Amino acid sequence: MGPLVPFIISDEFNLVIAVLVGIAFGFILEQAGFSSTKKLVGLFYGYDFTVLRVFFTAGVTAMAGVLLLGHYGLLDLSIIYINPTFLRSALVGGVVMGAGFIIGGFCPGTSVCAAAIGKLDAMAFLGGSLLGIIAFTEGYPILEKLYLADEIGQVRINDQLGLSMELFGFLLAFVAVAAFVATWIIENRVNKRPNDIPALQLRKYAVLAVMPFVILATVVILPGKEEIILSRIAEAKRQQTCVFKEINADKLASEIVNNYYQLNIIDVRSPEEYEAYHLPMAINIPFDQILDRQWEHIFKQRLKTNVFYADNDTLVKMSCLKAKFIGKSENLILKESSDEFRKMFFELQEPLPDASKHELEVYAFRSQSATGMQSLVNSLKNIGQPVKREVIKIQGGCS
Amino acid sequence: MNPYLAGVLLGLLLLVTIFITGRGLGASGAFRGVVIAAVESAAPEHARNSLYYKEFAEANPEGPLRNWLVFEVLGVFIGAFFSGVISNRIGLKLEKGPRVTNTVRIIGAVAGGALFGFGSQLGRGCTSGAALSGMAVMSFGGILTMMAIFGAGYALAYFFRKLWLN
Repeated sequence: MGPLVPFIISDEFNLVIAVLVGIAFGFILEQAGFSSTKKLVGLFYGYDFTVLRVFFTAGVTAMAGVLLLGHYGLLDLSIIYINPTFLRSALVGGVVMGAGFIIGGFCPGTSVCAAAIGKLDAMAFLGGSLLGIIAFTEGYPILEKLYLADEIGQVRINDQLGLSMELFGFLLAFVAVAAFVATWIIENRVNKRPNDIPALQLRKYAVLAVMPFVILATVVILPGKEEIILSRIAEAKRQQTCVFKEINADKLASEIVNNYYQLNIIDVRSPEEYEAYHLPMAINIPFDQILDRQWEHIFKQRLKTNVFYADNDTLVKMSCLKAKFIGKSENLILKESSDEFRKMFFELQEPLPDASKHELEVYAFRSQSATGMQSLVNSLKNIGQPVKREVIKIQGGCS
Repeated sequence: MNPYLAGVLLGLLLLVTIFITGRGLGASGAFRGVVIAAVESAAPEHARNSLYYKEFAEANPEGPLRNWLVFEVLGVFIGAFFSGVISNRIGLKLEKGPRVTNTVRIIGAVAGGALFGFGSQLGRGCTSGAALSGMAVMSFGGILTMMAIFGAGYALAYFFRKLWLN
């Protein structure tokens, strides 16, 4: 389902959402005390670790949430924006930003918050950052090499370390909780306070600290949406008890000739098999790609009838079941295999001289259909193919 | 506000943002939009001939200000102001360490801002766009940048202690 942009929410309305998200963002940052530079730099001198607490809690919460939504198929993790990695510029840029943080006392987001409530130093910081950006854009011809060096693409850190996403999530949550405890002790020492905490508050914090581990454990232990669908359609019983609407080859041929625009003929075999031979007007959606986002619209629409076929009875039934999990489109399965279809129409045997009237009629019908289908394919060569719906990579980050 | 509560709220906001838009939060990208728009209107000839602006215009045909982050930062401004009003924190004020003069603080803020602005362009995002949002989606580059920011902050903290401490 998610992300909702651009298929469910338009790009235009997305800008309205940006303002609303921004309002909430600014409100939370200001309420957390990030409009005070003393609080921000306290992180580096050990007297106030608020920034670390807010920052790490937010990161772990969002990360666990992303994994959970992805696990239940609510968020397509393959298309959300992952900041690309350019090793050298990430490190050099980060170091320069760190220097800016300790000298200026803000970061860009917090300087906007502080400027909004009238902090003059934040306004100076904002002005300075515009100057810094001009220096970058003007100096880009010199900096380009550094900016583009060592690109390794949109990689996730867990892949880089050879871990699963869940395992890295556990590690991050563990590091966060350890950091919360450690910084609390450091903060008390710097401010000369005793390490006391009321029992009730301690219990609350313990519950909070356990939460991310519970969520991550859920993701690891319970089966996700795709696993549930796959295990359901693999049950032989379900395949037998479910009533499939079938269509036979003769009926399909006549439908193609007369009503091709009301049909999606879907070949669920592999692309190689599809290339070797496919039914007239058929499109190829290999079985393991049926759940992909780009085909979702085919299984959710209710204007056209989907007709599945393959060379294997189980495969076609499983495809049809899979499609039923996605949407409410009308789904039929072809009784014959693609091979039988080809033999029936395109390798037609002339009837023997003593053939019955029925056989002659069948021959006439099939040969006519074959010509009809062939001419359809020829005339619709260019427009018959469905518009390929590109999977849109979302732009994000600060770039 | 309790920092952990603020963190959970911020995390949920980030999650909702990723769910709706497929991208995270950010800040420095909006500043860049403003800079590019300013350069394009002040020196259009220059913008047409310089590499960076040219590439940017090609990648963003709708212009530098019609950008998700520009609208988001507009919202940040409104939200922070609103929060300041209800917590009674509005007012022109210069916050500084106990041992520095106003001039030193302003110079420090401008210089720090310039470094942060420059670094955010080089590192493709700041603490919001690269570090926080990067952590949520486990981006390798984002987490690397985060470590570099805070690592450098700690490494340099000693040398700038007079700006902030007694």
